[in-house]
Amino acid sequence: MEKTPEAAPVRSIKDLPSEENILPGTPVCAGCGGLLTLRYCLKALGSNVVIVNAAGCFTLLSIYPFTPFKSSWLYTAMACAPAGAQGVRDALDVLIEKERLDPEDDLKVVVLTGDGAAYGMGLASTSAAIHRNLDFYYICYNNEAYGNTGFQQSEATPFGSKTGTTPPGKTSPAGKDFPEKDLFEIWNSHKPPYLATISPAHPVDLINKFKKAEKYRGPKLFIALSPCPPGWATDPSLSVKLAKLSVDTGIWALKESVYGEVEHTYIPKSFKPVEDYLKLQGRFAHLFKPTRQEETLKRIQEMVDDYWNRYKLLL
Amino acid sequence: MPDPKNVEKMMLTGNAAAAWGVRLAEVDYIPAFPITPQTEIIEKLAKWIADEVMDGRFVNMDSEHSMITAAGAASATGVRTFTASSSQGFLYGFEMLYTVAGWRVPLVMVNVSRGLSSPITLEPDHNDVLAARDSGFLQIHCETCQEVLDSILMAYRLAEDKRVLLPVIVNLDGFYLSFTREPVEVPDVAMVRKFLPSYRPEHAFFKASQPMAQGVAALGGSLYSYFKYQMHLASQKALEVYKEVCGEFEKEFGRNYDTIESYMVDDAEYVLIMTNSFSTLGKVAVKKARENGIKAGLLRLRLFRPFPAADIKDAIHSKKAVAVLDQNISIGKGGILYSEIAGCLYNEKQRPLLLSFIAGLGGKNISQKEFEFIFDKMLEGDTEDVGMPRLLYTEAEWKEAAKLKEIAGRG
Repeated sequence: MEKTPEAAPVRSIKDLPSEENILPGTPVCAGCGGLLTLRYCLKALGSNVVIVNAAGCFTLLSIYPFTPFKSSWLYTAMACAPAGAQGVRDALDVLIEKERLDPEDDLKVVVLTGDGAAYGMGLASTSAAIHRNLDFYYICYNNEAYGNTGFQQSEATPFGSKTGTTPPGKTSPAGKDFPEKDLFEIWNSHKPPYLATISPAHPVDLINKFKKAEKYRGPKLFIALSPCPPGWATDPSLSVKLAKLSVDTGIWALKESVYGEVEHTYIPKSFKPVEDYLKLQGRFAHLFKPTRQEETLKRIQEMVDDYWNRYKLLL
Repeated sequence: MPDPKNVEKMMLTGNAAAAWGVRLAEVDYIPAFPITPQTEIIEKLAKWIADEVMDGRFVNMDSEHSMITAAGAASATGVRTFTASSSQGFLYGFEMLYTVAGWRVPLVMVNVSRGLSSPITLEPDHNDVLAARDSGFLQIHCETCQEVLDSILMAYRLAEDKRVLLPVIVNLDGFYLSFTREPVEVPDVAMVRKFLPSYRPEHAFFKASQPMAQGVAALGGSLYSYFKYQMHLASQKALEVYKEVCGEFEKEFGRNYDTIESYMVDDAEYVLIMTNSFSTLGKVAVKKARENGIKAGLLRLRLFRPFPAADIKDAIHSKKAVAVLDQNISIGKGGILYSEIAGCLYNEKQRPLLLSFIAGLGGKNISQKEFEFIFDKMLEGDTEDVGMPRLLYTEAEWKEAAKLKEIAGRG
């Protein structure tokens, strides 16, 4: 159901909102792709927001007595941030209905979790919140592992990635030897009003997706592939480049879905080989040396090609 | 004393009495999830809200973990919130009990006690609610349906008092109280409003004009200890606040609920200590013991957290013998209440013989014979195995178990 008319789309990076709703001085790692994503998301959302957080790297954004946010914050636990959002949203609605809260004091309720919570432990509570058509935003910063505990396998960890718990070895030379869950498809099976993938390397696309989402009442869900320098074993200066390469190689498809109907919002004119992306990252270094794992590299490329072929978008 | 015009007498189950307490407290928000034997509470509330006889919002959650999260989060946003669970569900949400208590929000929840799996079972004991002993939730344990309704009203007063700001669990036994009908005086809502005004949060809320970070991390032991000590001190303070609330409740409704209930304890020499609905069996046994010339009494623990150590000490330190009937078992140690009561008596110069019995697990009956056995042990001054729990089990029960084992091919 439509809530408000759609705002005019932003055309270039020069048109991004200048307001900052997360201030400098957080304890997250240098080059954190998740933080850059969050900064753009909060430009779009404004400051009348309450962030409901699940256990993950970003739990360490608010450490007593400091918070980098201009908005409110509630840390819950790992599995249940969407349930926390349900309680906050319902309570705000009740307070406004009973005239105990000025409607001007209303807040957008935003769940903020990593892939560890979103793809795994928090999946049931998210599914339930979407099922109840809770009016909320969900931002998943996906660095493809349990980053806050030092990079172990999560259900978002891709095939071929080394993590602390998928070490490449004799029995599994590829590291993780099966692919990640497709959270976009899982969430999309609920046919939420709005669902999109986003990237910190594509802020215009990101902002416009938030603008578009704003007109819907109900779940508005975002998944961002977020480079993680310590986990991916990359230089912090490469984060934006890696985010861009993930899109240009076709590994991270930028798309959106409105009530289940999927459309790609950016299709690279020519796809770069996945190796261009993989070879820059220490978590994939074992695929290249001491010996090239030809079969594994071929399979990763095939998985990407299959995805785009399925949508008949491989030019 | 209340004007009888403002009170309606109804026959209510323990669950219905709980629902009435919530209705009269004019609760704003109820996230819920069903579990036997609690479900009747949330079904009743759902119906009242659907029929608009209650002005609240009800939401079906996906698990108890989510349910307690939503309840705590709503409470942290500033509405009066209720939820209920039991047994497995209570434990499924356990992580959030500690979390919500640390948020310092005035949530009230009911636990309908039921023995814990495995083996999976239905009838009550208190391992479920006592697992939350150290969480920061205050705990009120009820014997009667009237007490359930009244305790919910008192619980909101206590939780919302700014000297306390801790959530409260009101406990009742599954089946024996949840499904037992008793006459209950249901006061009119105007009377309740005098005792329990509507909730206006000053401490925890969310609004655009006053951003607030709640539930934030506290790193380093000294800061963490600071917040944990605060919770403990607030819980201790709740003892004093409880007495005030108790006095005001009595003034308004004419019923007194002290931290402990002393049944024929004043002149008693031999005292049973029990909690919850099985205390009624204990009171019958006390009467019979008195008929047989034994100066018996029963102390029922009502407020379990904060622990009313001073009241308990005063009531029993000069007795000849005290038997603690734990309807719970800490496997490898014994009764949970026994340890707590022994702890509060240890530094007393004068203290009774203190015996430990495990009784009523999974709703096992406590027969008159078992009570007689307990009184015999107290009268004997039996010091053999003192401190080790005696596991009550009758011969008939033993034979029945043997028969069932035989059917199972394990005879």
